Amino acid sequence: MILLTEQLLNGLQYGVTLFLLAAGLTLIFGIMGVINLAHGAFYMAGAFAASWVAIQTGSFWGGLLAGLLVSGLIGVLVEVGVIRRLYARDHLDQVLATFALILILNQGTVLIFGRQPLFSSMPEIFSGSVEILPGLPYPVYRLFVIVVGLTVAAGLYLLINRTRIGMLVRAGATNREMVRALGVDIRRLYTTVFGLGALLAGLAGVMASPIVSVQVGMGDEIILATFVVVVIGGVGSVKGAFVAGLLLGLADTMLRAFLPSLLAQVMSGPEAQALGTGISSMGIYLMMAIVLLLRPRGLFAAQG
Amino acid sequence: MKKLLLTASLVLAAATPLWAEGTKIGVITTLSGPAGYLGEQIRDGMKLGLEATGVPFELVVEDDGRDPNTGLQIADRMMNEEGIKLLTGIVFSNVAMAVVPEAMDLGALYVSPNAGPSPLAGAKCNANYFVVSWQNDSLHEAAGAAAKGRGYKTAVALAPNYQAGKDAIAGFSREFGGEVSEIYTGVDQSDFASEMAQIRDRAPDVVFQFHPGGQGIAFLKQYQQSGLLGAVPMVVAEPSFDAVILKAVGPAALGVIGTTHWGADFDNEASRQMLAAWSAAYPDKPLTNYGQQGYDTGLLIGSALQQVGGDADVDALRAALKEANFISTRGNFAFGPNQHPVQDWFVTEVVADEAGNPKSVTKGKIREQVGDVYAADCKM
Repeated sequence: MILLTEQLLNGLQYGVTLFLLAAGLTLIFGIMGVINLAHGAFYMAGAFAASWVAIQTGSFWGGLLAGLLVSGLIGVLVEVGVIRRLYARDHLDQVLATFALILILNQGTVLIFGRQPLFSSMPEIFSGSVEILPGLPYPVYRLFVIVVGLTVAAGLYLLINRTRIGMLVRAGATNREMVRALGVDIRRLYTTVFGLGALLAGLAGVMASPIVSVQVGMGDEIILATFVVVVIGGVGSVKGAFVAGLLLGLADTMLRAFLPSLLAQVMSGPEAQALGTGISSMGIYLMMAIVLLLRPRGLFAAQG
Repeated sequence: MKKLLLTASLVLAAATPLWAEGTKIGVITTLSGPAGYLGEQIRDGMKLGLEATGVPFELVVEDDGRDPNTGLQIADRMMNEEGIKLLTGIVFSNVAMAVVPEAMDLGALYVSPNAGPSPLAGAKCNANYFVVSWQNDSLHEAAGAAAKGRGYKTAVALAPNYQAGKDAIAGFSREFGGEVSEIYTGVDQSDFASEMAQIRDRAPDVVFQFHPGGQGIAFLKQYQQSGLLGAVPMVVAEPSFDAVILKAVGPAALGVIGTTHWGADFDNEASRQMLAAWSAAYPDKPLTNYGQQGYDTGLLIGSALQQVGGDADVDALRAALKEANFISTRGNFAFGPNQHPVQDWFVTEVVADEAGNPKSVTKGKIREQVGDVYAADCKM
């Protein structure tokens, strides 16, 4: 019971991280029709900027601000400098260009910070753990990550459903051509959405930096799972990204946690370990295949 | 794909060269991605080691990106198109498993500065294949011996699900002798919360883990954050607590028991020379075991090149390498029958220095003059 609760929380925390990354990616894909492989680089940029500023100033919050600013700024620059030229091109050109961006941003980071990972610590008030159930201490920082993720989800919900810009975003995701035909300044909308997406990815990077290793290439590890979230949730749907992010986070954590020991009941130890590890690392891709089979446009596909 | 060409300059005044230009050495290593600093350390250390021997040389360095296929392509190009006969540099065992058999087929020499996968150490050993670092298992056997020596009976052992991870858990279990429950992690995994919960649930006497590079940083941080540091002792082998990892995790590494074949506090002339050369060349980078292994590999290759007088044929170079005619920074060193090292292993503990930063302190010898269990199967 204690183990199950702890793993559920772990899954939730992984899920909201995936959501923060996928929310921007799905909007960029849905509204502009651009496959942005370099989204993970914004995650890395946020983590590096936050850690570096935190090391220099000793303040996690200063780092948080810097991480958001830098990743958002890089996002806007990338949109204006590169992505804007790609809207009319086909997906292959976009993949090629954004892949080049990954290499450029990764090597740029190597030039600035070197290949050594950065040290990043967490704010003092979050460094302990609280006993959420008798016998179950849980790191406060991970609870904080969950709260931040859920707050951002609520904020995005309000932004998209209650504001004028959200209306344009929804309209853009449903029918791009029509929005353009109605005389909306689509370029500014694109830049805003791209910057916002990069900023959210940066936030995910900032939140992850005290937990994982802040190093070049850290975005490449998580971007694949993010794409799976986008595909399962339905391209262009923030709601879909939220549901699919949590679903995947939970499924991935649960499979890794419990499948090997479940299999161990029916076969010998080492084989169960190997098989369980193998299947659980395939888990999210199997889920994607099943969802694509039943609902080819994802769980919450935007029309259009 | 980026290509780094690193040509080392000759110090003509230091020695009279007997040959026109330096021997080309192909260095295939991991320079990009989360494990990029491992290859960087090996490359930089190797350059210093070769320079210390005074032989002229030319390093042709390329990044394998930790991908076996990329490694294989680079190796083929180096051997077939550039005519390089001496390869080295690989960090990861899965890359080595692809490249080494190919190099053997093409009659080239390979000298490993890090990976020593078990399938290449036994029946498939080869006269052209030398390992300067360790056989993977033996690295972790030392950790098993250290855990046993401290009286622990049950352990949870965690490692990524690839060749070196399997070798790690096999090696640890062999010397530990107690009850070991295994958890295999993903090769790209960076969040270990689920594993932390399982460790807490299984409540072992000791935790053993093998996660090199960035994974090790993430693991140690999360071990501390989950409250396990201090509650369940951790015993690891050197790739899981190298100097870069210690610098990046800070206090989260304090109290970790490690085993190693070299430490920065070793009191011997070769090690002191290396540390001086390193801090002169790279004042901003901590020297890790990877840099040290690169350096030792450079010393070995340099000693062999010196002996044969530069651009010799493969047979002469092989014979010279086999003599291991160099003074290792780790102290005792000899090649066993499978051309893997026979060496000593030491226990270390991570303690706080004056500034409160973690550093590894050598506590004593745990195994003396040991090779590996696969040597017996090797018929050369």
